[in-house]
Amino acid sequence: MTASALIIDITLWGSVAILGFMAWRRGRVVLVSSVREGSMDFINIVPRIALGVVGSGYIAAVIPPEVITGWLGPDSGWFGVLTAVIAGAATPGGPVVGFSIGAVALKVGGGTPQVIAYVVAWALFAFQRMILWEIPFMPARFVWFRAAVSLPFPFLAAAIAMVIGKP
Amino acid sequence: MIFIGALVAVSAGLVWRRDGIDGVLDILSHDLWLFGEIIPRVLAGCLLGGFIAEILPHDKVSRSLGPESGLKGLLIGTAFGAILPGGPFTAYPVAAALLTVGADFGATIAMVVSWTLIGYGRAVAWELPILGTDFTLWRIVISLPIPVLAGWLGRIVFVRIYPKGEPE
Repeated sequence: MTASALIIDITLWGSVAILGFMAWRRGRVVLVSSVREGSMDFINIVPRIALGVVGSGYIAAVIPPEVITGWLGPDSGWFGVLTAVIAGAATPGGPVVGFSIGAVALKVGGGTPQVIAYVVAWALFAFQRMILWEIPFMPARFVWFRAAVSLPFPFLAAAIAMVIGKP
Repeated sequence: MIFIGALVAVSAGLVWRRDGIDGVLDILSHDLWLFGEIIPRVLAGCLLGGFIAEILPHDKVSRSLGPESGLKGLLIGTAFGAILPGGPFTAYPVAAALLTVGADFGATIAMVVSWTLIGYGRAVAWELPILGTDFTLWRIVISLPIPVLAGWLGRIVFVRIYPKGEPE
């Protein structure tokens, strides 16, 4: 286990312990009912997470990262931004893959507004995170709603990057 | 879930045709390992969500994060998403808990979007080393207004689609 994973686990279970203590101070009933609620959520979510984890591995294997890098070539202009947004949503894997593809695109001459759009679109729409985490935990209506109203923002980020000429 | 299941089945079929049964089993064993690693964190996230749903006073949450909370509610959601520790295994259960105790779609969207775009965890651990300080800082500065704008847009659209509040 790496140091950062250890830190994550410590903060996570530390927060659980603190909130659990706060619930216990409100009384045994509050503690018991919140633990029961959390455990029921957990039991309901495990099969969906299982499908998400195992399933997204196969989906990722079908979409190799090279395909994404190809999309992010040194195009420029708004067509490049649009391609970058689609590529961001279609990028499989975790943050290492997403950010590395952004770094490669910068190296091969992709414009920074396009790479900004790519990273922002990846943060907002990466299909693997949505399938694996957001859809199992959140009400479906919320997920689609959230994705729909987020649509303009990779383009807005690219526009801001073009206007201010940074990074 | 049926759609995702079908997508997974098709993808697994493609992997099987390309790499044979070994390819399928390789991915399966890797992902089962990952699943085992994730599952305790999911439990912690669910417990956090359960505690938050019980401890947070509903009237206070709906006042500060509800439909009538205005810009302040969106800013609170954004700040909360930015400082929330942990990964998706905390962010989504906590966001779901906020929805159940009276936060509206707008404030919750601000929180989730803020967590993905300006949450420090991923930026420090992955983006800085891979994309460099200059790019990362400007990317975050450019992203700063997005959670509030997305939450605001969410509220506008929500009122148009559900004029009488969210259906059951």
